[in-house]
Amino acid sequence: MTALFTDRPGGRTSVRLRRFAGALGRFLGAVVLTYLGLLAVTFFIGRVIPIDPVLAIVGDRAPEHVIQRVREELGLNLPLWKQFVIYLGKVLQGDFGTSVLSSNPVMQDIRRVFPATLELATLGTVIGAGIGIPLGVWAAVRRGGIADQLVRVMALIGYSVPIFWLGLMALVVFYARLGWVGGPGRIDVVYEYTVTPWSGIMLLDTAIAGEWEAFANALSHLILPASLLGYFSMAYISRMTRSFMLNELAQEYIVTARAKGLSESRIIWRHALRNAAVPLVTVVALSYAGLLEGSVLTETVFAWPGLGLYITNSLQNADMNAVLGGTIVVGSVFIGLNLLSDLLYRTLDPRTRAR
Amino acid sequence: MSILLDVQNLKVAFPNRDGDYVEAVRGVSFALGRERLGIVGESGSGKSQTGRAILGLTAPQARVSADRLTFDGIDLLKASPAERRALRGARIGMVLQDPKYSLNPVMNVGNQIVEALQAHRKVGDREAREQALAMLAAVQIDRPARVFDLYPHEVSGGMGQRVMIAMMLIAEPDLLIADEPTSALDVTVQLQVLSILDRLVAERGMGLIFISHDLRLVSSFCDRVLVMYAGRVVEEIAAADLGAAQHAYTRGLLSCLPRLGEHRHPLPVLSRDPEWAR
Amino acid sequence: MTEIVRTETSLRAWLMSDRPQSRRQASLGRLYAGWRTFARNRLAIVGLAIIVALVLVAIFADALAPYSPYQGDLTRTRLLPPSAAHWLGTDDQGRDILSRIIHGSRITLLVVVLVAILAAPIGLLVGTVAGYAGGWIDAALMRVTDIFLAFPRLILALAFVAALGPGIENAVIAIALTSWPPYARIARAETLTVRRADYIAAVELMGASSWRIVFRHIMPLCLASVIVRVTLDMAGIILTAAGLGFLGLGAQPPMPEWGALISNGRLYVLDQWWVAAAPGAAIFIVSLAFNLLGDGLRDALDPKAGS
Repeated sequence: MTALFTDRPGGRTSVRLRRFAGALGRFLGAVVLTYLGLLAVTFFIGRVIPIDPVLAIVGDRAPEHVIQRVREELGLNLPLWKQFVIYLGKVLQGDFGTSVLSSNPVMQDIRRVFPATLELATLGTVIGAGIGIPLGVWAAVRRGGIADQLVRVMALIGYSVPIFWLGLMALVVFYARLGWVGGPGRIDVVYEYTVTPWSGIMLLDTAIAGEWEAFANALSHLILPASLLGYFSMAYISRMTRSFMLNELAQEYIVTARAKGLSESRIIWRHALRNAAVPLVTVVALSYAGLLEGSVLTETVFAWPGLGLYITNSLQNADMNAVLGGTIVVGSVFIGLNLLSDLLYRTLDPRTRAR
Repeated sequence: MSILLDVQNLKVAFPNRDGDYVEAVRGVSFALGRERLGIVGESGSGKSQTGRAILGLTAPQARVSADRLTFDGIDLLKASPAERRALRGARIGMVLQDPKYSLNPVMNVGNQIVEALQAHRKVGDREAREQALAMLAAVQIDRPARVFDLYPHEVSGGMGQRVMIAMMLIAEPDLLIADEPTSALDVTVQLQVLSILDRLVAERGMGLIFISHDLRLVSSFCDRVLVMYAGRVVEEIAAADLGAAQHAYTRGLLSCLPRLGEHRHPLPVLSRDPEWAR
Repeated sequence: MTEIVRTETSLRAWLMSDRPQSRRQASLGRLYAGWRTFARNRLAIVGLAIIVALVLVAIFADALAPYSPYQGDLTRTRLLPPSAAHWLGTDDQGRDILSRIIHGSRITLLVVVLVAILAAPIGLLVGTVAGYAGGWIDAALMRVTDIFLAFPRLILALAFVAALGPGIENAVIAIALTSWPPYARIARAETLTVRRADYIAAVELMGASSWRIVFRHIMPLCLASVIVRVTLDMAGIILTAAGLGFLGLGAQPPMPEWGALISNGRLYVLDQWWVAAAPGAAIFIVSLAFNLLGDGLRDALDPKAGS
């Protein structure tokens, strides 16, 4: 019998726990390092910009002693590593500086625009995973069938088409020509002030307020950009689902399940997909993160007032604090999603789970 | 003895890359009652594909044909997929080679056994659990309640294979096909698993097809032996008469077995005659 | 006629020989075998044909373009729909869109080639050194790689461009800075599989320096997988460059960069859709071609990886 089984229960658990804690510790260490790297890169970018922050504040006609004083106030006379430490401290407190464009603290701006992006990317992922996973399963089960061809073609198009162009063309067709959906923006101006922005998520706020007309209007604005993002997510998710499922269906335990006389649907969904779900979690998390990124271009096309539009607007106006703040937030969400997918992976796969 | 399984001229062919079919099983015939039949052959001899064809687990792109393939009077070739599925697990079980791969890694072993039962019997969850625990005890697992909750990677090879046997016997089938059930196990555990299998098959009066490459193991364990070579049965013989085997291939396999005190230099090598594959 | 057939078959026999007489024959034979696998994939051939066509269009842009890409007639040819005179219509400055797309192919090709030239060697070097050196060098290099991989690529490129200032050169640098990490990962994985090989041990015994081993004996082996990955990435590079152009951070007007053309057409898209439609279709076709080519190359060079 295995050592695991014959060991005293107490000893077993503590060894496992220690091993799990070790793995988790290493992983968290990697996360912290990655995060430090992210901040180091943004710090570096902030230093190399050709705009002198002092001159930006005092103007280029200021006398020398004023420039000197502002330099000291900004901590620019300190050694680079000290500046980085100060920068770190500020960022970790959520202080990204003040936006030149809006003259608000960047964090306040981001808090205002982030829910719009969250709403868009979340619905996109729901669409992508909701259709992509069943489609990928179907493609793997009926190899060479319609679904398989569809997954292949969709993935090929998804990897080749510029998202902003597809968005523009979709606007032309579904908004301008057919009039099926609302146009750019999150909601018609008429409804703009009928609901209090409680969560910043339009569908939620209108539903809570019971303003169903506004809800329908918000949905008609949301559905096109969300479907667009959903398409890209679906292309990726369905292709990966297909390949994971093909791998699982070729495993020996599937033969066992068949030999037990289980129904095909139980074999596919309960056995094969349950195993494929382990790597799929990472794929869905990555695609969610990818949508946050895709939202930069999509939000520009659809005039969607989210984080992506905020970053691009700030970029075009050389508002570096806002750009770097936005970059850090998106990077943090990326790292957070990685962390989350790793934790989910551990709970889904008993081989990596602590008991 | 009544005939449980009747196989006449079974052929299994797989398409190759050019679309031609290559026969892996080329006209196998035998009949089986509630007895222990061994099928011996080297890898690629078609012994595993014979077992899978009986269960209806041949890969979908392959072609299966036979003059007769009946189980307890049921024509398996004419049976619908649903009918064949109803037979699998309930009336014909199969134990695969390596529990490391043949158990679902993300489902605890207890639920895998329960599932096998509930696929064929209308049994409540509590009752199914009780039966699964009893079955685990029957394959000589000491603390069934504890093993029930373990995942496949947490059990040893020998215990995994006993779980596999429990899973395949819980619905009380009439025939069990064991495809190299002990080849992946340590030698010390092999005998233990075999004796459990032996006892359960005897107690329940089941038929057994024991597929192996190990002639000695098969001859000590089965009543009758089929020797397969290149997709054909080259010899069928009672295990007791193995010493009097006629076919050159069987004698070749037998002479591979070492005997104490025998001078073995150079080691005998199995010579193959292309005639056998005709 | 028969003479030609005979030389053809004998050439083929020479190439396919399982006992090549020289190193050159062996490598040519290998190339030929790879080409045969590749050529069986029709879609990959289509992809290759499109890319060859793109290269030709870029070279002969001046001769092929029916009008000037920069000069338009604001009074008479502004925002015309597609017609016999202007196959893809004209833009808001009265310029012929087809001519602008034809000239834009040069920019697209330039970006792709420059990014590949910049990013692939970085990735190759980082990956092989990390894989060969092992230990803390490996840990440190891979940590840096992971940090870059953990970043959203487009956003990082945006931040770089913001710091460096908009423009096609800076866009290329930004994309290159964000695209090397996957190559480093691949090169490291390949290095790890060969680093314990006997022939590496043999070169080590002969006293070769680490750099010599990395450059002469390990890098060549990693090249194939990196090239495949770069080809598969080309579409992504084109899309990122176009995205930067669309946001006004890549090529600056009046350069006929395809992404910038879409950005320009965006203003009129609801009424004059063709201004934005045509350059987007061009991006799509070229990206598709690179994807098809990359898939074909991957299948030809590494049959295991195909699905």
